[in-house]
Order: sequence, then C-alpha cells, then structure tokens
Amino acid sequence: MSTAGLITMLCTWTVVLFMVSRLFVRVLRTPADPNDD
Amino acid sequence: MSNQPERWGSRVGLVLAVAGNAVGLGNFLRFPAQAVQNGGGAFIIPYLVSFVLMGIPLLWIEWAIGRHGGRFGHHSTPGAMHAMGKHWWWKYIGVFGIFTNLTVAAYYAYIESWTLGYVWYSLIGTFADKTPQGVSDFFSWYLGSDQGLISFSGPAVVFFLITLCLNLWILSRGLQKGVELASKIGMPILVIFGVFLTIRSLTLDAGEQGAVFDAMMGLNFLWTPQFDSLANPKVWLAAAGQIFFTLSVGMGSIHCYASYLREKDDIALNAATAGWMNEFVEVILGGSIIVPIAAAYLGLDWLSAHVGFEMGFRTMPTLFQQWGTVLSVFAGVAWFGLLFFAGITSSLAMGQPVLAFMQDEFRMPRNRAVVVFGIILVMLSLPCVILYNGGAFNEFDYWAGTFSLVVFALAEVILFAWVFGMKKGWEEITRGADLKVPQVFKYVMQYVTPVFLLAVFVGALIKPVAGDWGAAFASLFSGHGWPLEADSVIGMVLHLGVQDTSWFVNGEPTQVFILDMTRILLLATFVAIALAVWAAFRNKPSRMYLEDAR
Repeated sequence: MSTAGLITMLCTWTVVLFMVSRLFVRVLRTPADPNDD
Repeated sequence: MSNQPERWGSRVGLVLAVAGNAVGLGNFLRFPAQAVQNGGGAFIIPYLVSFVLMGIPLLWIEWAIGRHGGRFGHHSTPGAMHAMGKHWWWKYIGVFGIFTNLTVAAYYAYIESWTLGYVWYSLIGTFADKTPQGVSDFFSWYLGSDQGLISFSGPAVVFFLITLCLNLWILSRGLQKGVELASKIGMPILVIFGVFLTIRSLTLDAGEQGAVFDAMMGLNFLWTPQFDSLANPKVWLAAAGQIFFTLSVGMGSIHCYASYLREKDDIALNAATAGWMNEFVEVILGGSIIVPIAAAYLGLDWLSAHVGFEMGFRTMPTLFQQWGTVLSVFAGVAWFGLLFFAGITSSLAMGQPVLAFMQDEFRMPRNRAVVVFGIILVMLSLPCVILYNGGAFNEFDYWAGTFSLVVFALAEVILFAWVFGMKKGWEEITRGADLKVPQVFKYVMQYVTPVFLLAVFVGALIKPVAGDWGAAFASLFSGHGWPLEADSVIGMVLHLGVQDTSWFVNGEPTQVFILDMTRILLLATFVAIALAVWAAFRNKPSRMYLEDAR
C-alpha cells in the first residue's frame, strides 16, 4: 500500500474512531432516561 | 393527540435508532463507489469538510425543529413546521417530510427485500454451484429483468411482501417496543457482521482462497489521494451529495425521532453521536468490504469499470464462494444480513413519521394508521416492482429519494436560520445540551450550510455533461450554450438524450410513457398529502395561539 494511501486511511480512521468512541462513551456516561425531568 | 405521548425508552436506544436511520445500503454500496470515482483518498477531504460544515449543522437543525414540534404534540414535519412558523404556509413545506418518507419507503422496502431474499438464498446454498455469470444472471432472473418493460417476479414479490409485513408489524408495536427494540437488536448485529467481513477482507492475500491479488491493493486504490481532484467542483459536489444522503437529512425522519424528546433533553450530543456513528459504519466498515474483496479477486480494472450498487448482488456471492462451504454461507448471510439490518432500520424511520402524521393530526389509532400506511405503501410500491424495468423505480429514487431531499433541506435551513431566527434557533439547539456546541456553528448554520445546500441544488439542477464544470463554462462563454447532462434535473424533465419521446409506438406504451406516468403519480401523491395537511390543520389554532396557551 502506498505511503500516502496508508497515511490518509489511518488518519481518517483515527479521527472517526476517536470521535465516535468519545461521543458514545459520553452518551453512555449520561444515560439519563429521556423520560426523566 | 394521545394524552400519554410516546417517548424513547433509553438514550442509547434513541441514538441507535437515529444512527440506524442514517446507516443504510448506501453506506456499503454507494460510498465506496463515490470514493473510487472521485479521487480516492482525496475524496475524504471534501467529504469530511462537508460532514462538519453541512452534515452536522443540518442534523442539529433537524433535531431542534423536531424537538420543538414535539412540545406542541406534533411528531411529523407539517406539524413541526406549523409549530415554529409565523405564516400559514410553513406547514406545506413540511409536506416534503411526509411525501419523501412515503415514496422512498415504497421503493426502499423493495431493495431491502432483495437483501432478505439473498440472505435466504445464501443460507440454502443457491450460489454454491453457479458460475460468476450464473450468479449475475440469477439477479436478473430474481428481478425479472428479462421480461420487458412490465415484469413480474414471484420470488421478488414474496420477499417484498414478507419485508413489508415485518416493517408494519414492528411499527405497530410502537416506538419503544418496535422501532427502538429493532434498532437495539439490528445495529449491534450489523456492526458485528461488518467487523467480521472487514477483518476477513483485509487479511485476504494473493493466492489464498482463490484471491489473485492482495486485498490491500483495493484499499490502496480507495485511499491513495489524487490531490489534483480537489480542484474539481464535481468531486466537491459528489462529496457534499454523499454526506447529504448518507445522513438521511432532508427526509423528515430525524424531526420525527427528535420530537419524542422532552423540551430540556439533550439534542446536541445525541445528534453528533448518531452522525459520527454513521461515519464509522460508512468510512471504516463500508470502505473495507466490497472494494478490497472485489479488487482481490477481479482486479482494479474490473473494479473501476463495474463498481456500483448492483455489484453487491451480482458479484459478491461469487467471491464468497471461494471461501469454502461453511465460510461462504456465513459470509453471504453476514453481507446480505448487514444490508438488511441497514435497510430495515432506515425503512422503519420512514414509516414512523407517516404514522405519527395520521395519529397526531387525524387522531387515528396506531393500528389503523399502520393499516392505512400499509395500503398506501403497497399501492405506491406496485409501479416500482412491476415497472422496475420500465424505469419507475429509478424515477422514484431520483425525484423522491434525491431531488425532494435537497429541496426540503434547503427550505428548512433557510426557514430555521433566517426566518425562525438564528437567535431562537441557537437557544433550541443548546437547550439541555450535554455537549458544548462551538459558537462558530451559529454562523456556519446561517451562512455556510445554506451555501453548501444551494451548491448541491444548483449542481443537480444544471449538472453539465460528465460533470465537467470548466468545459461547461467555457462552452457557455463561447456562445455554445450550457451542455446539460441527461441526469441533471432539467435534463430529466426534458428527457434529454431520448430520441423519441412519444408515449406510444404501434399502440404499445414506451418507456417515456412509464416515466411520465410515474412523475404524475409522484406529483399526485404530493398534492394529496398537501390536501391532507390542509384538511388536518384547517381548524387548528395558529402557533402563536399554541405558544400563548402553554
């Protein structure tokens, strides 16, 4: 695999994985039932 | 309106349902094709820029409109727009949110049923002794593609009816026990299947199980950036279009899901999480299955020529057959199973707003609304199924599943940011937020997102031949006019590229007749929904009255 392709893929995957895990963990940490006031 | 409005059972359920709405067949079949055709790795730059500047802001706007409408007991876009509008006609903008869901569901459920059918055929080993051409021909047989303009395929109809009944049954169970439960089951299975296929595809080396090349060659093809493509407007339009369609914005289903939240529930974090979850499925899983596997077995030249939607059905079963008896069955079930779960979580999101419209505005019990929805869906699906070869299916996809979305999103973002007002809009988005929304997005929503959408809209309206905007402007300024592409909106309306636009030849209906009749049907559906909105709201108080009454 070309260096440019590998770097592009790894950078993109890192950004996506970082964002989705960070946000989803935050959702799990504040699992307040939407029904609660 | 019910005295005890439905609510989401849990926050995770809500996020999974919205992510499931966004994750669809396009994540696995459209994204890789778009990336390959638009600069490989360089495509990801305009793609992510579009996600941040258009996708995320649109998600927040739709969640905000939806939650606001829910406060007034409206869970579909006509009511939601009515609740925020200062003018009587706002609710008619919301007609798009019912029209799109209804008409897209009509053909989307049909594609979804193909994936269910292919899960079955993979399980019983139908593809085991077929040649590559045999597998491709099987798809034509399954759809009845060899029967002329009007076709009927028994297996396709049976699986379609099963899919339809399954959707209606889940919807009839209500929000928590139906849509939310299906998303909680479907999304994890989808991710497990996707991870399995990704790992298998990335570890496929040349000479192993019939592979001719390393699968990494496909990834290299997909990800190696061609930076010169960044100067091409076609690539930017393709990236903005992909972001737009993958997030399922401009449909009215996000408004509906958000409307079941309470006034102070978070929308900022929920929307961002669902959006990024969709990106995970699309960029990491969607980009790592079909392209690497096809490249490993068929090479890059074949891939460049054939990458597209039908490849998932015509080619993938053949490739899985190289993996041995057991693994090929499991891979087939995993591939078509993940497509099925991606499809059904989206089609449920299309059904819910239509049901909510009937329940809220006509006080119809849920089960009766499901029956009415089912009848309308069958009637609208018929042309897509029987006139598939005649082009009715593609007409539904173009006008309802593509053009309407852009029109509605453009209208709602202008109404939200410029008429409803960004000050009030920002308050809606940030109320109860568990995520600090950067202030800069206030300006992005007001200026950048509408410009992005306008570019997508104009790009679709006057798309030049081969998407070559430079050549088109050169042609225009040299007095040779604008070279319209046949699949531009104007080109479609004018039937560009069609030699004979007669409706009948020798007493037989032509394809142009079928296309025009399909357009009339879609237009009639839109008008009928607008009339239903008029009937539902003629005796309802204005938003100002509702605001005062709270």
